[in-house]
Amino acid sequence: MIKTETMTINMGPQHPSTHGVLRLVLELDGERIVRTVPHIGYLHTGVEKTCEYKTYIQAMTMTDRLDYLSPMMNNLAFMLSTEKLVGVEVPPRAQAIRVLMNELQRIASHLVWLGTHALDIGAMSVMLYCFREREMILDLFEEVCGARLTVSYFRIGGLSADLPEGYLGRVKDFITYFKQRVDEYEGLLTRNKLWLRRTVGIGKINAEEAKNWGFSGPCLRASGVAWDIRKTNPYSGYEKYDFEVPVGVNGDVYDRYLVRIAEMRQSARIVEQALASMPSGAHIADAPKVTLPPRNTLHTSMEALIHHFLIICNGVQPPPGEAYVPIESSKGELGFYMVSDGSARPYRVRMRPPSFKNLQVLPKLAEGLMVADLIAVIGSIDIVLGEIDR
Amino acid sequence: MIELLIIAVKCLVVFTAALLGVPFMVWFERKVVAHMQMRLGPMYVGPHGVLQPFADAIKLMFKEDFLPPQANKVVYYLAPVLGMTTAVLAFSVIPFGPQTNLFGLLKEPIPLQVTDLNIGLLIIFSATAMGVYGIVLAGWSSNSKYPLLGALRSTAQMASYELSLGLSTVSILMLAGSLSLNEIVNAQAGLYWGFIPRWFVFQSPTGFAAFLLYFICGVAETNRAPFDLPEAETELVAGFHTEYSSMKFAMFFMAEYVNMIAVSAIATTLFLGGWHGWGAGGDTSYGWVIGLGWFVAKVISLLFVYVWLRATLPRLRYDQLMAFGWKFLFPASLVTILATALWISRQVS
Repeated sequence: MIKTETMTINMGPQHPSTHGVLRLVLELDGERIVRTVPHIGYLHTGVEKTCEYKTYIQAMTMTDRLDYLSPMMNNLAFMLSTEKLVGVEVPPRAQAIRVLMNELQRIASHLVWLGTHALDIGAMSVMLYCFREREMILDLFEEVCGARLTVSYFRIGGLSADLPEGYLGRVKDFITYFKQRVDEYEGLLTRNKLWLRRTVGIGKINAEEAKNWGFSGPCLRASGVAWDIRKTNPYSGYEKYDFEVPVGVNGDVYDRYLVRIAEMRQSARIVEQALASMPSGAHIADAPKVTLPPRNTLHTSMEALIHHFLIICNGVQPPPGEAYVPIESSKGELGFYMVSDGSARPYRVRMRPPSFKNLQVLPKLAEGLMVADLIAVIGSIDIVLGEIDR
Repeated sequence: MIELLIIAVKCLVVFTAALLGVPFMVWFERKVVAHMQMRLGPMYVGPHGVLQPFADAIKLMFKEDFLPPQANKVVYYLAPVLGMTTAVLAFSVIPFGPQTNLFGLLKEPIPLQVTDLNIGLLIIFSATAMGVYGIVLAGWSSNSKYPLLGALRSTAQMASYELSLGLSTVSILMLAGSLSLNEIVNAQAGLYWGFIPRWFVFQSPTGFAAFLLYFICGVAETNRAPFDLPEAETELVAGFHTEYSSMKFAMFFMAEYVNMIAVSAIATTLFLGGWHGWGAGGDTSYGWVIGLGWFVAKVISLLFVYVWLRATLPRLRYDQLMAFGWKFLFPASLVTILATALWISRQVS
């Protein structure tokens, strides 16, 4: 028997397909992976600690940068926990708009995932098609809040502003257009022999193990577990919408692909329902101690002026307590555990980042695969280093 | 004396044309891919960005010429030269058009070919096979891990696809009965029933099969998508030329594009009738221009397929690529040879 040695190779943090700054130390036998050791922390920003020095609204603006592919969802998760601490009721119109924005965001996030994942496997054009549609969603975001990525659109008790004129029509146009585009992506990939060869049976994980490792989101559902927080613990009125939870069978790269594609179609369905049933009314709760009064009342109402002054100077002060409201983000279960000591600043904020939990299983998934498969697996679990390193 | 001069001029013209083909191809690829992806591609340097590749070349010339400290210096410098020269060598035996006296400029008509060797095809294959060394040595001499992986991949890939590539052309040799490219081209002159050209792709069903096999192998041989594993940037950073910079990188880059053009030109010569086409050749003084035009048009159509593949298909995995080469392409080319033999014996009897 010839004595062979394994080769240790460093992949990342500057590597084209480690999705940001993930660093992997690989032990290779030829091209087979013997061992994978992920190293994280290259994008550590200290957001959780910084939140303790900011008022709730200020802290919310930092959550845009955590999972930078779905800022709306981070905002929502942060706001839901804050609202639970404060104990304020969100009006139906604000809830519907939040659902609308979140589902658009899910589509946008899945588009980036599909584009980069396909690019990693070598299908180059898919990425540009995906980014074309994502651009439209970002334009829609810009219309409501002035920012494409750092949206910070939600406020305690509602939204920062109501939708602009004719907005629902434009969203409807986009969704009609988008539904045909999904068929286009599927036409390029779903039945493509090369794509199937590269994805079917790669990075398999069964339902039991997936649960034990703390998988959530599309990755978990691809293994056949129908766990979707929008169904199991509805928030923001998700119980009113009719949609399906797509599940996979094998839990491999291909099933994760199919689940996310199906999710984009379901999101489009939810957006259509939200458009059709958009309630009228206020976009923010009428709670003077929590929400800022309308700008035009400041000149006529003494009370409004005082509330405005106090909220701006002192911030919103929720009663002591703790809250954790999970949401189904594009990556999985996302939630902020918050502790209030009664002051205007949170005592502690801890995020449950879905990407972090999904990433930890990578060494197991990659065992015995080839380098090219590892790239496919990393792409399929859809990590964003912003929320892993925080 | 005048003959030597003519040969020297021909060498110069073909070499320049091959090198000028590279910027054209780079521009062509970027434009076609861009339009397939709903972009515009290069637009600023020159009209519709035609000068963009030249701007890139100038930029590369001014880049730092980096030498990795652990590299084997001699081999490291030799590798890109090897890659580039062997790539250009293939053009020395390809006939680009019929004979011409350049509108009466010369007394004796000259063939539009640098030299017509009776073993022309063998020369091409020995040259392209040498090209592998450029890549292998580049990966090995860089003394770095990613280039090594890339070089390993390409050694295996090119060694196995070279075989099927060679075998797929055997049926053409049987049909033409010669290794000289000039004779192969001339065996494809004329039309069936007045409208179907007698190209080898149409002469027998095996000719068509051989053409497909040759083209697939050619894509693999030139490391292009979906067989671009040796330089798969999403896996191996840049593959075998990770440690190369400046003009040495540019030479690998040019070699790849020259190879693409060469493979297309050989495919045109062997299967698509070379310069033959409606109105090419003949006694007219401009017949050679039309012949040249046909040749270029056919080569560009094949290059378009290259670009099209790249814009559409995902990449194969290393072991799948090997399996495809050995379990499908290799037997298929053997079967094609057998079928061609049967076809010819039927024609003869």
